[in-house]
This record gives sequence, C-alpha cells and structure tokens, in this order.
Amino acid sequence: MHELAITEGLVDAVLERLPGRQVVAVRLEIGALSGVVADSLRFCFDLVTDGTALQGAALEITEPPAVCHCRVCARDFEPDAPIALCPCGSAEVTVVSGQDLKITSVGVA
Amino acid sequence: MCGICGCDEAVLTEPAAPVHGQHHHHTDGGAVAAGGTRTIELQQKVLAKNDSIAAANRRWLRAHDVAAVNLMSSPGAGKTTLLERTARDLAGQLAISVIEGDQETTLDADRITSAGSAVIQINTGAGCHLDAGMVARGLDALAPPAGSMVMIENVGNLVCPALFDLGEDARVVLGAVTEGADKPRKYPHMFRQADVVMLNKIDLLPYVSFDLDRYLADLRQVAPGARVLRLSATSGDGLDGWYDWLCGHLPAPPE
Repeated sequence: MHELAITEGLVDAVLERLPGRQVVAVRLEIGALSGVVADSLRFCFDLVTDGTALQGAALEITEPPAVCHCRVCARDFEPDAPIALCPCGSAEVTVVSGQDLKITSVGVA
Repeated sequence: MCGICGCDEAVLTEPAAPVHGQHHHHTDGGAVAAGGTRTIELQQKVLAKNDSIAAANRRWLRAHDVAAVNLMSSPGAGKTTLLERTARDLAGQLAISVIEGDQETTLDADRITSAGSAVIQINTGAGCHLDAGMVARGLDALAPPAGSMVMIENVGNLVCPALFDLGEDARVVLGAVTEGADKPRKYPHMFRQADVVMLNKIDLLPYVSFDLDRYLADLRQVAPGARVLRLSATSGDGLDGWYDWLCGHLPAPPE
C-alpha cells in the first residue's frame, strides 16, 4: 500500500508550495505505467488531508495512457498491459511516457 | 509530518547513537505561486522530494567512493541468507555494510552482524518500503568506508519498493523457485527496472513444480535488459556469478 506514503507526499508537496492557502481541488496525473492505483490513492486522500489545509478538497485524477517506442520496428505504441510489448512481438521497448505521477495544478479558495 | 522521508515513523536501530546532523533532505526547491488566482499550476512530481533525496544520496555515495545495491524481493525469497553468505564468502575481499529494512524486529540485523558485516536496521513500522530519506539516515549512521559496498535490503514486497528511488547504483531483484514462476508477469513494475534478476534456491528445483523456461521467457519480455543469475544461497551453487557481478560494480579505488 505505497499509495498511503504517496498521498502523504502529495499533501506535503502542496502544503510546502502553497503555505497558508485553503486548497479546494488537487489535480493529479497518474500515468498508466506509474505503478499507482488511483482508487487506493482516493481512499487515502480523505484520511491524509483530514485536519490540513486540503481537508475537503476535491481530488481530480486523469490517467493518460502510456506511450512506448519499439527499438526493433521503430514504431510508437500504447501498451495495453503493464508488460510493454510491441505489436510486432518485441520486448525491446523504451517507455516514452506514462510513468509519471504528477500534481498538475491545484485550486485555491 | 514528512510522509515521504518517514522521519516521524521509521525507527533506526544501530549499535551506536545515530548521527543525524548531516541529514540532507527537505530540499524541495519549488517556488510559491503568487496569490489571486483560483487555479495554480504546479506540474510537480508527487515523489519529487523522495527523488531529490535519492539524488543527494547518489552524490554522497559518489563523493565517498561507495557503491550501493537495492536488493528487493518478496518475503522469504532469501535476501538475508544471501547477504549472510556473501558477507562470509567475501570477507577480506570486499567490505560490505548493510541497511536492513523490515517492518519490525532486529532479527535480520542480528544475522548480518553475526556474519561479520556492519549493519543498520530500519524498522518502517506500518511502512511497506524503504524510501530515500530512510536510506540517507542509514548512510549517515553507517558511514561506510571508501571502496566498499552498501547492500540495502528492502522490505520484503514486490510492489511498493519499485516506486522509490533510494539513490542506489543498481537494482537487484531476487526471486526463488519456491514462490512460483509467474512472478515477473504478476509484478512487472518491480522486474521491469531490475538491473539484475537472481533466481534463488535452485537446489530445490527437483522438488518443486517450477517452470524455469516460462520464468526465463517472461523475464525476457518484462525485463529484457536485466542480467539473469541462477543460484542457491544455501548450497552455494551459482554464487560465483553474483560475486563477479558485485566485484565488477565496486566504485573506483580512492586516490
């Protein structure tokens, strides 16, 4: 359940960047290959924000698909599973995007 | 509370009192956005703090000519047994110190001490992984000598440790023939970023239904760049390959 530590990191990061502000929304981007489960993070968010300037804030999560580049056939593709395999069958792939776990913006009162 | 570093949660146990003065975390460089707007763009990685501490650990290791390996596996795959054996077999050739991560107890640290290596035990409490801040504290307390190797035995878990950069030079994932051949396919996040995958307990292959061909085929898909070693930390089979790899990843000798 690393989502708990990640949620704590998320709240700390917002509090440090915006000290003293009442936060009403947090917008997160969870890449398909980030290894983080959005539902678990939502579950932790209310617990971790309780008593902070983020208490009651809406958590808006977008989950962009991953993009990989195949080093064999040179095409870019969206893997449909955590195991990134190119449609050509190659496993020699580079993850171009989709591993990020990012706070894109916050809404303040 | 520092959620990523775990300062308030993790318990550090060592023979002597910890040196906390060089603690090098809490270095977030983000600027505070100007007020007045309702939406403030951050574009900040959630794990930025952990990553910055990991980068500081990496710089510290380089500056002190120390190499570090992040050793990860499920519970019971044999991490501690492998480290005990490694410490004994390489005594006099390679100085090894160990950062032991477990939720509770100093049992593993006691085993490593008996094997002759310096060790620091980090109890993560409810935490399911080590993070870079814990390792920073471990390095401060261990003070490993130049030319040595720090083995970071992560909490037994094939999920959470995959996400946390500790500042290590290499990631080693330890599997075992007793835990089923489907682990690379079930836990791709962990295996994908491994520099080395070791399959332990191969002396038990005749007694368990482990599909070695499938395991290796899955590994080639999930972690095509990983070096794969087969060994038994108990019988000693295949340990030469591990020792060769370790000695090949030592830092350059201090000048």
